[in-house]
Amino acid sequence: MIAKRELIRQLQEELLPLQGFRPPTPGARVDMGLGPVTAAFPRGEFPTGAVHELLSGSPEDGAATGGFVAALLAPLMRDGGICLWIGTRRTVFPPALKRFGIDPDKIVFVDLAREKDAIWAMEEALKCEGLAAVVGEIRDLDFTASRKLQLAVEKSRVTGFLLRHQPRSLGTVAAVARWRVGGLASEPEGEMPGVGFPRWKVELLKVRNGRPGEWIAEWNNETGFKITDHEQTICLPLLPASQNRLVGYSQAGAAG
Amino acid sequence: MLSAKDHNRVVITAASPEAEKEGLFPGMVVADARALLPELIVVEDKAGRETRLLRGLGEWSIRFAPISAVDGLDGLILDASGCAHLWGGEEPYLKEILKRLRAIGYHVRGAMADTMLAAGAIARYGKGYPIIAKDNQAATLGPLPCQALRLEEATTERLQQLGLARIHQFISMPRGALRRRLGAQLLHRLDQALGHAEESLEPICPVEAYAERLPCLEPIQTRTGIEIALQRLLNQLCGRLQQEGKGLRTAVFKGYRVDGKMESIGISTTRATHQANHLFALFEIRLATIEPALGIELFILEAPKVEDAAPAQTTLWSGSAGLEDNGLAALLDRLVGKFGAGAIHRYLPEERYWPERSFRESTDLRETPSTAWPTDRPRPIQLLPHPEPIQVTAPIPDYPPMLFRYKGVLHKTAKADGPERIEREWWTDAGPHRDYYTVEDESGGRYWLFRSGHYRDDHSPQWFIHGFFA
Repeated sequence: MIAKRELIRQLQEELLPLQGFRPPTPGARVDMGLGPVTAAFPRGEFPTGAVHELLSGSPEDGAATGGFVAALLAPLMRDGGICLWIGTRRTVFPPALKRFGIDPDKIVFVDLAREKDAIWAMEEALKCEGLAAVVGEIRDLDFTASRKLQLAVEKSRVTGFLLRHQPRSLGTVAAVARWRVGGLASEPEGEMPGVGFPRWKVELLKVRNGRPGEWIAEWNNETGFKITDHEQTICLPLLPASQNRLVGYSQAGAAG
Repeated sequence: MLSAKDHNRVVITAASPEAEKEGLFPGMVVADARALLPELIVVEDKAGRETRLLRGLGEWSIRFAPISAVDGLDGLILDASGCAHLWGGEEPYLKEILKRLRAIGYHVRGAMADTMLAAGAIARYGKGYPIIAKDNQAATLGPLPCQALRLEEATTERLQQLGLARIHQFISMPRGALRRRLGAQLLHRLDQALGHAEESLEPICPVEAYAERLPCLEPIQTRTGIEIALQRLLNQLCGRLQQEGKGLRTAVFKGYRVDGKMESIGISTTRATHQANHLFALFEIRLATIEPALGIELFILEAPKVEDAAPAQTTLWSGSAGLEDNGLAALLDRLVGKFGAGAIHRYLPEERYWPERSFRESTDLRETPSTAWPTDRPRPIQLLPHPEPIQVTAPIPDYPPMLFRYKGVLHKTAKADGPERIEREWWTDAGPHRDYYTVEDESGGRYWLFRSGHYRDDHSPQWFIHGFFA
């Protein structure tokens, strides 16, 4: 019995590289500071050199997602790495990124007119080994396009983030993980009045060979993430896209 | 025939040889000319037409020589040094130029000589063989009238009064006597014509220091042909740049077409480079816009902006080359090539409080921030392109709103910070200040709101939403 389990574990281990989970080279291991979230991934490592997909519905969630991605970019860009931020309707405010531990001058923004161009630019950027990360604000992309992105990162080991704000459809996307980040009311620090640190509900909706889950993350610009486990864990399989209860989808669908 | 108005009369300013044969001459009134020759074609002469035409021809003639200049009102000068052999010698070269110009319909005369003045003189007044060898120059110039030297009118007149109408009559006179009686200009012109003094010319198309030319034996029409030409030119230019330790920032690839038009495409790079492959890839994106029509007979690759290329630095210790990375530079060049320079933005901090102006754009990737990015004030991760008005219920004088309505949704404030007053830069723009509040509503959304200006007796100020916090 144990031998069988061991065999399965070994086979799984062998499968991982084929699915885009290559172990990082020893020097390139990055600690994302995500604590318990990391355990949801195979081998207990946050997959760098892969494409992550992040969904958001309302503008408030969009801001929360932006903050979460910025917080993830910080460790990736720690040793002077450069990030490309590609989009068609950019609203991110560069000076605010400093609060998430990023030097905004280390980000090159690429603003394009059409989503198609943005996808092309993202693919080209993901092929470029000199980059630390690429963020693409791309609302919709089909499986083939996402597969191309995946192939690009498998070769270059660049980490990609697809920010999908109010997507029209939630088809299959070849990404290593699908996240959804939403804003939560901040917790007052002690007796201090006013707005506290940013707090988010971080949901890992899909992860290849990992365990999806739900956490509460608080971002402190000095100490980093504080992750607390959410009481419930999402059970597989996921709801079909049509029943998805993301805020803002119904309006987006009706408008589109 | 060309005509122009002169004191209420329309007179002839220039006439074709056919018209002159019929007895017309410049200065004649057009009405008289019409009476003589009813089928006359009269074109109105506009000021500057000849110069424009000449310049156009000068640009056209760049296919024969890299430097061309306008000479007087009716001439063109080509610097043919090292060009003639491409056409199989001086005679076929000159013949070809004249044949092509005549084919367009011009009456032209041409000459080749060692000095511009001599060539111009022989082309205008000479009668014999138009290609003059160096030692033969004085002899050929001899029988020409003194006007050929382009002297001041007074000098020409005096020469004629003295009976010295031909150059050979005074070319060997003592210089001292000539200077005394006719002025220094005559001597200077003689020296120029004989190559003893320098002449200067003002090229129509300024010649770039870094340029390569590729004339084609047969006009090129296919894309493959253009690609080969580009590749060859790039290799030549990059080889030269590399030897000199330089790299180009901008490059222009020009194709001169058989029909006299010029096609060009330009690229720019974010860093000085002499990588032929990379440059070729940049050009390749635009190559399709070249319209060869009947064919291109001359390709020119110019690098108007050349900088010292820093020797490739190998970053051994730090994990990433950052903005100095070659791959990044290549990627950005490709993006600029495809989407234009306006697509790429990089920002540096600016010591200003007004949120929209708290950063500035940098065009140079190597530029580093001169001040630190501020973190002491809350700034939203998402800033709306323009503040959007909201309806609020807010206690006065300076409390955050209790509730606000944005896009039809009512938000109840749960927590709030502020105000942070940001004044306008009064020296650049006038208007009310902004009092910013960080507001969190009951569902956990965080907003950046501001009140524009003070409360006053007669009206309450407008509130706006300006961004979303993470």
